[in-house]
Parts: sequence; C-alpha cells; structure tokens
Amino acid sequence: MKIIKKAQAGSFESSDILILAENPEGVKGRVIQLNSIVEKQYGNMILKIVNNVLDKFEVADIHLVIHDKGALTPVIKARMETVLLRASNNQKGTMY
Amino acid sequence: MRQKRRTMLYIPGNNPAMLIHGGTYGADSLLLDLEDSVALEQKDSARILVKNVLKNINFYGAEVCVRINHLDTPFGMEDLKEIIPLKPDAIRYPKTETIDDLKRLVTVMEEIEDQHNISHDEIKIHIMIETALGVQNVFEIAKLCHRLDAITIGGQDLTADMNIKSTKDGSGIDLARKMIVMAAKANKIDAIDTVFVDIDDEEGLRRETEKSKNLGFTGKAVINPRQIDIVHEVYTPTEQEIRKAYKIYKEFKIKKKEGIGVFAVDGKMVDAPVVARAKYTLQLAHINLQEI
Amino acid sequence: MKNSLNRNIPDFINGIGKTDPFTGAWNKLKKGWMDEVTISPPNKAKLPHQKKLTETLKEAIIKTSPKDGMTVSFHHHLRNGDYILVKAIEILAELGIKNITLASSSLNNSHTKLVKYIKDGTITKIWTSGIRGELGKAISEGIMENPVIIHSHGGRVRAIHTGKISIDLCIIAASSADEEGNANGAIGKSAFGSLGYARIDSRYSKQVIIVTDNLVEFPCFPLSIQQNFVDYVVKVDSIGDPTKIASGTTRITKSPMDLRIAKLAADVIENSGYFKNGFSFQVGAGGASLAVAKFIRKKMEDKEIKGSFLLGGVTSYGVDMLNEGLFKTIFDVQSFDAEVSSSLYNNKNHIEISASLYANPYNCGCMTNKLDIVVLGALEVDVDFNVNVITGSKGYLIGASGGHCDTASGAELTVVVCPSFRGRISTINKRVDTIVTPGESVDVVVTERGICVNPNKPELEQLLVNAGLNIRKIEDLQKEVENIVGVPNTIERTNKIVALIEYRDGTAIDVVRQLKPVE
Repeated sequence: MKIIKKAQAGSFESSDILILAENPEGVKGRVIQLNSIVEKQYGNMILKIVNNVLDKFEVADIHLVIHDKGALTPVIKARMETVLLRASNNQKGTMY
Repeated sequence: MRQKRRTMLYIPGNNPAMLIHGGTYGADSLLLDLEDSVALEQKDSARILVKNVLKNINFYGAEVCVRINHLDTPFGMEDLKEIIPLKPDAIRYPKTETIDDLKRLVTVMEEIEDQHNISHDEIKIHIMIETALGVQNVFEIAKLCHRLDAITIGGQDLTADMNIKSTKDGSGIDLARKMIVMAAKANKIDAIDTVFVDIDDEEGLRRETEKSKNLGFTGKAVINPRQIDIVHEVYTPTEQEIRKAYKIYKEFKIKKKEGIGVFAVDGKMVDAPVVARAKYTLQLAHINLQEI
Repeated sequence: MKNSLNRNIPDFINGIGKTDPFTGAWNKLKKGWMDEVTISPPNKAKLPHQKKLTETLKEAIIKTSPKDGMTVSFHHHLRNGDYILVKAIEILAELGIKNITLASSSLNNSHTKLVKYIKDGTITKIWTSGIRGELGKAISEGIMENPVIIHSHGGRVRAIHTGKISIDLCIIAASSADEEGNANGAIGKSAFGSLGYARIDSRYSKQVIIVTDNLVEFPCFPLSIQQNFVDYVVKVDSIGDPTKIASGTTRITKSPMDLRIAKLAADVIENSGYFKNGFSFQVGAGGASLAVAKFIRKKMEDKEIKGSFLLGGVTSYGVDMLNEGLFKTIFDVQSFDAEVSSSLYNNKNHIEISASLYANPYNCGCMTNKLDIVVLGALEVDVDFNVNVITGSKGYLIGASGGHCDTASGAELTVVVCPSFRGRISTINKRVDTIVTPGESVDVVVTERGICVNPNKPELEQLLVNAGLNIRKIEDLQKEVENIVGVPNTIERTNKIVALIEYRDGTAIDVVRQLKPVE
C-alpha cells in the first residue's frame, strides 16, 4: 500500500488514539513518533501493534505521529486501519 | 420474542471508551451506532472501530445490535458489507418507511450472508419508524418477514418529520407510539420506546417508562447507563405481581394434567391469555417455569 | 528477609534502623499491649497572664529555639489549600536549620515546594501518611538519603506515643483561635471542620504554635485544641485557600462506571448479613466509594433500616443522612466540605474525634474496632486481596495509606470498590506493586466486571451467590483483565529504599524502592 496523502484518524479522547499519517518526500522506511500516557508500561507493545498493521497492509514508507490516551489493542488496530485507508485514498463509505 | 430487552443502551460507534465498557452496565441490549451519532466524515472510522470491537470485546451476554446507515446514504452498503460477516445479534435499520425499504435491506443482507455462508435467520432485523410515512406503513412492514424481531420508535426524528415540537409528555407522537405497539403486538414482536433525553430527570424517566409500559412497549432505549436501573425497575414485576402469577401458573399446570383448560383462581377466571400473561411476568422475574 | 506477605524487607534499613516484619494484622495486637515504652508528654509550667501572641510566625518559631535535627509536625486538614506548612519550612530554612524531620499527617500537591528543601538538606527525614504530585515523584526518584516512613492514621498516633516520632515543634493551623491558643477548625473564613489529626501533636510536642487567620475574643470554643497545650499563637492573613480546603458540598459522581460499581457494592452490602438496624458505616470522600452511600441511603429508606454511626472522612452526603435520621451520630476525624464544618459546629450528634479515638489500635478500643461496614477505594488489588493505595502504575508515590488499613482491619465487612482497569492500566493484578492493606482484612472486591469474595469468608460468598450477584474468582478476573489490557512492562527499580510502609502496629508491611533513572 502506498501512502499518497496526509490523513488522520482517532481522537484525543481518553481511551482513544490519534494517528497522523503522511509520506513526505524523501522519507524512506517507517518513521514512528509515539506519545503515550502509558509509554512506560506499554510503549513497545503499542509500536509492535502499529508495525503489525503496517505489515498487514504492506506499508513500507510512512511517517506516523501518534498520541495515545491508553487505547486498547482493538482500538489501536481500528484507528491504524482507518488512517492507512484514508492516507492511501482507499477509504470507503465516508465523507472524509 | 425475546424475554428481556427491557433496556437498549445506545453507544456512539466512534467512541472507544463507551464501546469498551458498554457491556458492563447491565443493559439487556446494546445498540452500537454507526448512524446519527457519528459525523459524516467519520463513518469509515466508526465502522472499522465497531468491526474491531465486535471481534474482540466481551459484552457479557447482552444482545448486540448495530444500527447501520440507510441504504440511500453513501454509507449503508459499506456498513452491511463489513458488519454482517461478524454476525451481530441484530441489524437496526433507521428511517424505515415502506415495505420496499425493508425488502431492499433483506435482499442486500441475504446476498452478503450467502457470500459468507451465514444462514438467513441468524441475524435479526429491528426497524426504526421515524417518519409519518413509516408510521402509516408500519402494519404492512411489520408482517413482512420472520427475521424482523423488534420495532423502535425514533421520537426525535419523528417530531422533526412531523414539524412539531418535542414535548415532555410526548403528546405529538402518542398516536405513532400506539400504532407501532399495535403493529408489534399483532406480529408478536418487541416494541421499543424512544429515548428520554433529560438524563438528570430520574422521576421523569420513570413516569415516561411507566406510561410506555402501560401502552405495551416491551422496553426502552437509553442514552446513559444511569437510566438503566430505573427502566429495569419499571419492567420488573412487583413481589405481589410475581406471587399472583406464580399461583396462576402453578394452578394451570395442575389443571392441565387433569385436562381442564379454563378454571378459577381467587374467584377470577383464568384462561389461555391470562396464563400467557402470568408466564411473561414469571419470565421477567427470572423464575424457572419448570420448577413450578 | 521476607515478611508474612512474602515481601522483601531488609532487617536493617539505613536511616531507619532495625525493622520488625509484618506477621499478620492481629499478631502483635492480640497480646493486649505493646512492647515499646510510651513517652511522657512535655513537662512544663507557665506563670499567669503571660502573652502567647506573637506578631509573626517567624517570631513564634524563633521563640521555640529551633535547632538542627529537630522534628516539626503539621496536620493536613487544609488539604490542597494549605499555606502554612511550606511557609514554616521556609522560615526554618531561612534560620539556617538543617536535618529537619518532617512529620505531617499527610502531604499533597500544595507541598511541592518542599522538593527544594529536601535537596538543600533542610529536610532529611519524613514521616507521613501520603505523598503526591511532584514531591511524590521526586522522592520516588530518590532525592532523599533516608527513606520516608509511611504510616496509617492510627499508626501515627502510636509512633508519637512511643517517641518514634519525637516532636519538637508542632504548628497547628486553625480557622479560629483565641490569644491563649484554644482553637478549632469549625468556624471562620477558612473553616475546615474537624481538627482530629492535630490533637495528639498538641499533647506530645515540646512546643506548640497555633496559627490562625481568625483571632477571636477569648474564649474560643469549641476547644478542639486546648490552651493548656499551647505555647504561642500567631495571627496571619490567611491560613490557606478556602476553595481548595473545603468548599460547598460534595456531589455524588456522575460517572456511569463509578455509579455502576457503587450500585453493585450496595447490592453486596444489602445481602451480606451486616445491613441491619444499628449498623455503623464508613465510605470514602468521592468516586464510587462515596456513591455507595447514595444507593445504601435508598435501601435504608425502602427497608426502614436505621444505622448507628457514620465514621470518617465525612462529606456533606453523610451530613444529609444524619439530618434525615438515618444515622444517630457522626464521628468525624476529617471534614471534607463546608457543609460538614457547619454541621460539626451546629449539630450535637456530629462529633469531632481525634486520630487516636478514630484508629489507634493501642488503647481500649478505637472507633474502627466498632465499625460494621467500610467501603474503600484502591489503586490496585492482587489475587491475594492485598491492596495498594500508595504507588501508581508508573511506580511513583501518588497516594496515601491514611485510614485504609485501620478501617479495613476493624470493619466486619470491608468492601473495596474499583474499576477492573483504568484506561489501559489493570487494577486487578497477580501481585500489587506496594502492599498497604493486607488481604486478610479485605472481604469483597467489587468491580464492574465481577465481584470477588475473599476465600476466607465462604459463608459470605454463599450469601452473595444466593442473592444472584455476579461472583467470580479473583484469579479469573485478573486473567480476563490481563487479556484485555495486555501485560505491561515491569517497573524498574534499584535496590535503594525510598519509603517504608508501616502497618498500623508498627511492623514493616512493604517497602518502596527507587525508580531506575531514565537514560
């Protein structure tokens, strides 16, 4: 999957996660900036989940800025899927 | 016809915190909403979130229904495509107005179910009557298919459609309520009353719920978990009612063995409808009929 | 070495001395007396018509001849609106006093400035019930040489009686006082209610200063603090911020989660066998723990049950129940809002009690010994029902021991209420980070996903199962929550001990070690 535009998904609400995705010129590979209120406890687990979703959608190049407010795994996966579809212009059934 | 479904808790489909905890509040039924509580630009976000939640979150035995968008919108088809494979207990269809509306929904659902090897009677349908036209057609719509399990009245949208003010006594939608209940009863399915929006008015909620119970509604939609207990209290039979029902049912079982169909309890005639009502009361009170 | 809860407690801790490991909630107390010797109150005499009033707090402090290594004590009735503690430490620092032992009944967010005075050697030892905010963070990261000693409200009294906390100077903020030092917290612009925690200090401290912003004509009554224990009296412009001390009334939470848990807890109480005429009751000051009172109140009205006394930790909700006749008396060791202060002053059935009467186990029977039902909160609970109310999920000191282990030990029915997880942080764990209250004192844990009964109470469990409540094994609940939130990284700590958690009998129930510094 190719990231062709800037997109975001999720929110700053408690138990949610806000993910901003883009693919700026000249950026190769996955650059992930994670800010989480449970960084110490779950930081590496969150990154693992994010990377798993990127693997699933075969995303090689992406710049992600993530603000996590203690979102559970299904929520992280959902927001990741949403932002990737949006950022690759594959979003369906929406007015985004 | 389900025995519970006294309360249906509405949960905005794009709200993770509410979805995660939705099943812990004791509501009989949950409505995960992709429609009116979700902004137009977030329809995809909500759909994907609800999809993931249906797969992974424990709802502790509550009935899980998903309100999709109408097929006339750009969102409805995608909702069905993503949600049907996950087999929620029911799909709620908003703004149902004509038999064709329902037929169309059923056709689409069956197509998707065929693609995923799901039988056509697993997922139930609830319809929402939210317009005057819908109220007019409700009798026809209600008898259309056996997978239609409940009818809900959407009070907010109905008053908007009728161009009247929404009042606390609900006088403007009184006829609509009654017609919907009648259509539900004629087809022996559930009728669910509309939401009571003033969360802080506990007495008002209780009064409205009593009224709607007396009209024949079998349950009520709630928008805040705080409303659940009050609605349940209204729908829970009193000790007196339970004792009376117990007596009737017990006598019924004895008389049945003797081959007698109509008899008297406490000087009052008891026939099949009275027994049915006693059974319903006992079921609401979670009493095991086998043990009587 | 390991104590009876399997916690590693060194035999000797630098800055504290030999430790006495916890061996059970009643092991030491069942003897009927304590081995430690009690100290005598100060030996003094005062000639008639002496002036106690000084112009400034600094003047009063100087008159008490402060020295290096002194112990200075305060109460925490001013909560987050306290101006006095930090001011007093500032003055002592200005006077060049070093190596102070600070004995405040608790510490909170209004005491952040103390970090500076720890770093510069003004304060080198702390006895307290709780530490929060920036101060808690700094201490958790190891800014102190000597570990902090965390005690319960009851335990603090014992520590003072035995001279472990040997107070040289106590500074008591009061919302009303007269020139002789009679003082209370019930009246005045900065009223905060009960002065229960300060009484023991006034009797055992070598020097006592009363600080008030409301000097009244002699005599000041009611006499929560009596003049015969007071050396100096100071009037200041303001003892604290009234809005942060005690404003208005305490509202019952509107959080659906807290209300749900509270309702389930009330169902537990109703079916426990302890909910009957004459029962005594204590709830928390907010959240689910206070909300339980709302549901119990309705059940009391429906079933026409009248209680005996309310204990605590009192909010306006308790006052309402007293006024409604649902309870005969309130025993108040700490008042949480303005309506409580007013009730304390006006209602003869609303009685101020000292920390000793409240919770000290070493006497002829404190109030917690007579308590029937208590509802408490928790940061964490483990599968052995041990409770942590002091360290957070990141390992910082963020809470307090307070009356938790005191009330839990005494109450016939101890109910702990908490959500099964908060955000992504699990509340029900295999092992809590820090034990404050031992599992043997906890009877029921109520969460929104299930109710767990301590296996040491099989009859209670049967009653609740028969009542149709959602009773689950705590191990199952723990596993379920772990599946939901995932296994977190363990908190990394060094070997250095930053806090000793004392059980109410003075034994060492747990220690808190320094957080490993982040690279």
